[in-house]
Amino acid sequence: MAAVTTTSTTVRPVRRRFSPGRAAAWALMGLIVLITLLPFYWILRTALSTNAGLSADPTDPLPVDLTGTGFQRALGLQSAEEAVAQGGAGGGLDFWRYLLNSVIVSTLITGCQIFFSAMAAYAFSRLRWRGRDKVFGLFLAGLMVPTIFTLLPNFVLIKQLHLVDTLLGIALPSVFMTPFAVFFLRQFFMNIPREVEEAALLDGAGKVKVFFRVVLPMASTPIITLGVLTYITSWNDYFWPLMVSYSDSSRVLTVALAVFRAQTPATGVDWSGLMAATLIAALPMLVLFACFARRIVSSIGFTGIK
Amino acid sequence: MTIASSSPPSRLPMGDAEGAGIKSRTRARSREDQGDGRLAAVFIAPALLGFLVFLLWPTLRGVYLSFTRFNLLTPPEWVGLDNYVRMVNDPIFWNSLTVTVEYVFINIGVQTVAALAIAVLLQRLTQSALLRGIVLTPYLMSNVVAGLVWLWILDTQLGIGNEIVSALGVDRIPFLADETWAIPTIALINVWRHVGYTALLLFAGLQAIPNDMYEAAKVDGASEWRMFWRITMPLLRPVLAVVLIMTVIGSFQVFDTVAVTTAGGPANATNVLQYYIYGSAFGRFQFGYASAMSVALLVVLSAITVLQYRLTRAGQTDLG
Repeated sequence: MAAVTTTSTTVRPVRRRFSPGRAAAWALMGLIVLITLLPFYWILRTALSTNAGLSADPTDPLPVDLTGTGFQRALGLQSAEEAVAQGGAGGGLDFWRYLLNSVIVSTLITGCQIFFSAMAAYAFSRLRWRGRDKVFGLFLAGLMVPTIFTLLPNFVLIKQLHLVDTLLGIALPSVFMTPFAVFFLRQFFMNIPREVEEAALLDGAGKVKVFFRVVLPMASTPIITLGVLTYITSWNDYFWPLMVSYSDSSRVLTVALAVFRAQTPATGVDWSGLMAATLIAALPMLVLFACFARRIVSSIGFTGIK
Repeated sequence: MTIASSSPPSRLPMGDAEGAGIKSRTRARSREDQGDGRLAAVFIAPALLGFLVFLLWPTLRGVYLSFTRFNLLTPPEWVGLDNYVRMVNDPIFWNSLTVTVEYVFINIGVQTVAALAIAVLLQRLTQSALLRGIVLTPYLMSNVVAGLVWLWILDTQLGIGNEIVSALGVDRIPFLADETWAIPTIALINVWRHVGYTALLLFAGLQAIPNDMYEAAKVDGASEWRMFWRITMPLLRPVLAVVLIMTVIGSFQVFDTVAVTTAGGPANATNVLQYYIYGSAFGRFQFGYASAMSVALLVVLSAITVLQYRLTRAGQTDLG
């Protein structure tokens, strides 16, 4: 399967002359791109409009009454009176705090999960010990348990640990590993030539040192890919944080967004503020993706099909 | 009780080769040294701890809780099969199951066809990395963001979607407020978010098909359409099967989009199973009943996985 990702750039279809079939195919491709990207533009256009302008002119392709008040409201920079006057909720929203919470939770999960999973993957691939295959089989079986199934019991556990409504409580179940991360990294570690490792061992390095100095650096590409995907997944997670967090202290962006939506007036939703908030919540992942796009795109085949 | 017990993981395409690899390697080296044992124990400790505490234990506990009455405040009280009897007699549960199945059918049906089309276009038309990146962008959004954006676009009064609909001379459609429209709409919103990811998985599968097969077929005068049915589909089948199983399992767990768009309404029309489970647990504090429904969901998912493996003969590869 590793070959799959490398061939993607080398095999190119030969350019053919114009044909109606190809034109139709390109038109279809254009339509797909349009449907994919248009909502993003519509978020921006709405966020930069006023609520009054939006109801007066719902079809204008450009922002109506170009303004930044939606963003001010989303970021909690407006007074309650101003917010209500512009169709928002009077309740304060501590957006920076939610952003920080999201960053802390996602960073904690990604950092720890990848590191611990890499350690386990190293033990499963490069160390020799009794019962290794059996334990690995157990991990693989865990891959098949749907997340919903563990959520309720995990909530009960987190509650018993008195970690409800804490950032640690949100992060804890994902901090140690996922079977997938272990499996994913093990695949790469298996492919590292034995000789590389043996050379380091001959130089007097211990296996711990080999792991940190040889194996981890050699696997930096899959580790970064997995890291970005894990970051995106934990950033976007909603169900679990919703269960665990009750107050601002542990609220992450996804939950805060839903709360923001619930708070806006039922009659006449604050679309401008809501779309501004949506954009701010989505922006970090778009930036992250922009930095790693090529790497992620070319390795997704590996991550999914295994 | 896990899915794995009914469909061994070794039947995953890569699993076969890897499994054999481990065995021969351990056999050959088992006498060499066992000195790694202690280090391995240290290295595996955190992951094993997480596995036991947050995956294995909750799985067993979930099954246990399903036989109890439990409201978080007092200790669980064993009630035998009560929760299951109640579930079988609960019309809302059956409605949730029906609604979920309807969602899965629409979501997976449209998504698979669209993803396949996108993957083939990406392979046969252009290999542009930019296009692949664009197709993936909705996947970066959370379900909450995707739900809110489409809630706005499809708003009955002000949404651009309905402006387009009425410009076409059709009556406005209350996409998310109408019992018949709500589930298809939510299913399509999630298609929008996930189709790019699925397409890239299939695209990776397509890349494994040797290009000379297409070249040879073209020399024989085959059309793109014929090549799709005679080369692409048969050779992609194993990958398609794995992707289908993954997406169906994911699709059954729909929650976020429902929570932010319709909250189960109107009149339970979008009260999908996972949303009902959540409501029973956190709205009505019936953790035992919610656990029983989780077990039911797990059983359904296991059955589907086994069935799909059988039907699609996922273990076999035509490419060899």
